[in-house]
Amino acid sequence: MSGAPEDQGYQSDPRYLHSHEGTPEPEHGTLRGYLTGFVLAAILTVIPFWLVMGDVLDSAAVTTLLVLGLGAVQIVVHMVYFLHMNSRSEGGWNLMAMLFTLIIVGVTLAGALWVMHNMNANMMHLPPMGAEEMLHR
Amino acid sequence: MEHGSALMHVLLGKLTLDAIPYDVPLIFWTGVVVAVLTVAVLGTITAAGWWGYLWREWFTSVDHKKIGIMYLVLAVIMLLRGFSDAILMRLQQAMAFGGNMGFLPPEHYNQIFTAHGTIMIFFVAMPLVVGLMNYVVPMQIGGRDVAFPFLNNFSFWMTASGAMLIMVSLFIGSFSRAGWLAMAPLSEAAYSPGVGVDYYIWGLQIAGVGTLLSGINFVVTIVKMRAPGMSMMKMPVFTWTALCTNILIVAAFPILTATLGLLSLDRYLGMHFFTNSAGGEAMMYTNLIWIWGHPEVYILILPMFGVFSEVISTFSGKRLFGYSSMVYATAAITLLSYLVWLHHFFTMGSGADVNSFFAITTMIISIPTGVKIFNWLFTMYRGRIRFEVPMLWSLAFLFTFVIGGMTGVMLSVAPADFVLHNSLFLVAHFHNVIIGGVVFGAFAGMNFWFPKAFGFRLDPFWGKVSFWCWLVGYWVAFTPLYVMGLMGVTRRLSHFTDPSLQIWFEIAGVGAAIILVGIAAFLVQIAVSIRNRHALADTTGDPWDGRTLEWSTSSPPPHYNFAFTPVVHDRDAWTDMKRRGAERPTAGFSPIHMPKNTGAGFVLAFLSFVCGFGLVWHIWWMAGASFLALIAVAIGHSFNYHRDYHIPADEVRDVEQTFARRVAEQGAV
Amino acid sequence: MSETTASGAVGPGASIFYATEEPHPDNGTLLGFWIYLMSDCLIFAVLFACYAVYGGSYAGGPTPGEVFDLHGLALNTAMLLFSSITYGFAMLEMAQRRRTRTLAWLAVAGLFAVAFVGFEVNEFAHMIAEGAGPWRSAFLSSFFALVATHGLHVTSGIIWLATLMIQVGRYGLTAENERRLSCLSMFWHFLDLVWVGVFSFVYLVGVLR
Repeated sequence: MSGAPEDQGYQSDPRYLHSHEGTPEPEHGTLRGYLTGFVLAAILTVIPFWLVMGDVLDSAAVTTLLVLGLGAVQIVVHMVYFLHMNSRSEGGWNLMAMLFTLIIVGVTLAGALWVMHNMNANMMHLPPMGAEEMLHR
Repeated sequence: MEHGSALMHVLLGKLTLDAIPYDVPLIFWTGVVVAVLTVAVLGTITAAGWWGYLWREWFTSVDHKKIGIMYLVLAVIMLLRGFSDAILMRLQQAMAFGGNMGFLPPEHYNQIFTAHGTIMIFFVAMPLVVGLMNYVVPMQIGGRDVAFPFLNNFSFWMTASGAMLIMVSLFIGSFSRAGWLAMAPLSEAAYSPGVGVDYYIWGLQIAGVGTLLSGINFVVTIVKMRAPGMSMMKMPVFTWTALCTNILIVAAFPILTATLGLLSLDRYLGMHFFTNSAGGEAMMYTNLIWIWGHPEVYILILPMFGVFSEVISTFSGKRLFGYSSMVYATAAITLLSYLVWLHHFFTMGSGADVNSFFAITTMIISIPTGVKIFNWLFTMYRGRIRFEVPMLWSLAFLFTFVIGGMTGVMLSVAPADFVLHNSLFLVAHFHNVIIGGVVFGAFAGMNFWFPKAFGFRLDPFWGKVSFWCWLVGYWVAFTPLYVMGLMGVTRRLSHFTDPSLQIWFEIAGVGAAIILVGIAAFLVQIAVSIRNRHALADTTGDPWDGRTLEWSTSSPPPHYNFAFTPVVHDRDAWTDMKRRGAERPTAGFSPIHMPKNTGAGFVLAFLSFVCGFGLVWHIWWMAGASFLALIAVAIGHSFNYHRDYHIPADEVRDVEQTFARRVAEQGAV
Repeated sequence: MSETTASGAVGPGASIFYATEEPHPDNGTLLGFWIYLMSDCLIFAVLFACYAVYGGSYAGGPTPGEVFDLHGLALNTAMLLFSSITYGFAMLEMAQRRRTRTLAWLAVAGLFAVAFVGFEVNEFAHMIAEGAGPWRSAFLSSFFALVATHGLHVTSGIIWLATLMIQVGRYGLTAENERRLSCLSMFWHFLDLVWVGVFSFVYLVGVLR
């Protein structure tokens, strides 16, 4: 992934090319980028609020999906325009760390929901007030 | 009495004189002995005037080598505590049959098995792993230190603070009785109203901060600080396993932190995450804790796989067989370890679909592990094997761990698990992989790298005594547990009625005694080696004909590790350098830029300990004040911009020339 | 770079085995901080998973429709978004090395964040007064735990911001301070990102349940 090819010596290693203070500049973005991100984020925030507060659609399920979908898009917008994510920063390690994290987050969320739903479906249901009350009845 | 009590409550929370267990002779006398020993040790240090030395050279040190050694010392001390618990349990279970209730009442017995598990995993196995990584990884990659040396020191002291909090529970109050994972709802305030679970929670939370930070530290170190030429596929296997372990730490420990945090919200603020009432679901706790718990198992074993890879390849005199398959197997295990957690609770009531999914993923994860076993066998094949002590541990590992792995595959079959779950078979299985894998690996690693760290080898005779006692003791202690587990004996019982079982527990007790001799022999080994250090001295820095860069330095290495950064052309870089006659430069030294020592990590960790103690006992002023102090010290430390210094070139030249002269003399002899 | 051939065999295939220049590995702070944020992400993943599991466990208590104030939420979300863009402006000024303007935008970003935390504390106090405290039901426990964890993060961000403003004011935009501002920038925008998850999944979808 990184490092010099065989026997070219360390001079070709990118980590040895810059002087002490010359570590690669972190990206600060541009005014244009921030404003684009801000406008997109504002739009993507207003739409779901409008959908829910204005009771626009008849189906709650469709509204839920739309809200979650717009949320996901907005997260990507924030990552691109505010966090300046791209495949180049830190030699790609930033993106790789994020993708790995997203996998683990997905496994945690989906796994917990699947496992808990499955157990609730298979196990005896407790009365709303809880087990103690049931036992004392 | 009543007048003072309100004030006392504000000042001391739930803490009263009754919290000190005068009435339990066993704990009381343990306390007295520990107190006497502590006073003796502290007194000796004071009398000898070592405090200044310890503080300047060790406690405040940001040198990864010293921090690694401190982790290992912590692990060995905690091993003695954890093993005393094991001996107590073995004695109790060998005695308590029929009318004989043994010497431990159930509530005390429950504390002992909880403390044993908690201490062995968090404060023995974890410090062993982190200690070895600390010592070895920066040198294997040709670096001068880790990426964040101050954080490294802070991480160590947080781990030590967590361990201290757990130790304090022995003498003030009591420890948790809810098992090493504090399963809800037993660990909820309704069923564990005392301070035991709170000690557990805060001990682990404080140590967890240290573990997480050291995980981040090592990922960045390995990604950013490798010597020029060392591409990912030229990294030593130990460094690869360390990278994967630290990725697992970063991705798993937050889940433990969050889960224990939710449990403490239930206990302290009366919320309903895992309670039996108001919509809480205890099963969610089991689910969450194992999402952390299973990766944790691989956090412990992966670095040891790395140790065995280094040891087997070195003592077979060959490069490792199947390097790339080893790397891919490690990476596969890293990801798969997140997909198997439900096999810890097949019996909790999921449907066939869920149980089948997790049974199959569990069986799949054994494949990359099997690949590794074959790689080690093929590395030895036609090698010139030297049966030094580290190699003995590795061979015993291959034999023992394979059997532990196979009983694990048996447990992964969900219907079989319904019979074996919560039985002594399970206890035998996880001791089989943790002792046979992690502990054997740690001993292999300590015997292997000890000469690097101290400049003399460990005595091989006592090393072999220790090795054989551990190996034989392990099998004598845990084979009976496999047998009884198959017969249906459940774990965590302090008394039995069926007299036919007693003989098995007596055999297991003999096994524990043999392991005790093994631990004693290890301590003797260190003492004897220190006494014979001149005969055992390693003057070349390369006592085993090593293959990786740490063996290219002197033993012990200079503070800065490498005067000139090595340039890597091949895997097994040091073997390559020796083969091609690389010579250390003897001139042209430059001043070396190094981080300064600091006491901030120690102070922050001490304040965390005080804060944890206050929270355990509901002493709110103490918790609040120490927390504010914690923030103040952290902010204050961030105003210190002058954190480094230069070692003058002259000093570097003197150190390097002394080493070169020693190597030359050795060559002449 | 002829001086770098300090050692190594001479002749064909000769290799350099030791670098004579002092190594200057990249500073790892930004990568390290990013990895810390990833670990933080998993703390939030657990809290979101809890809300997903407990979101319907009202235990006879109030439901999301009864306790969530979407007008207040919209205002709060706006505060956080403004705080994010103004922090971005501060970073742009930092890149231009204008200290005073950087500090001014940082102050604005901080004030928006203070407003956010203020509104949130007010919302919590209101809910608790209405009998919808975190101890009422598992739904409310998971709601408070998630939203308050986010709020605590914002609070620590504010403390960090204040510290950094003092440091920038006193020592200027040094390389070290710029690195710290970049870390806080990541933290700030990361919390925004979590908030998108909170207002969509917790509040809006909660009301629809």
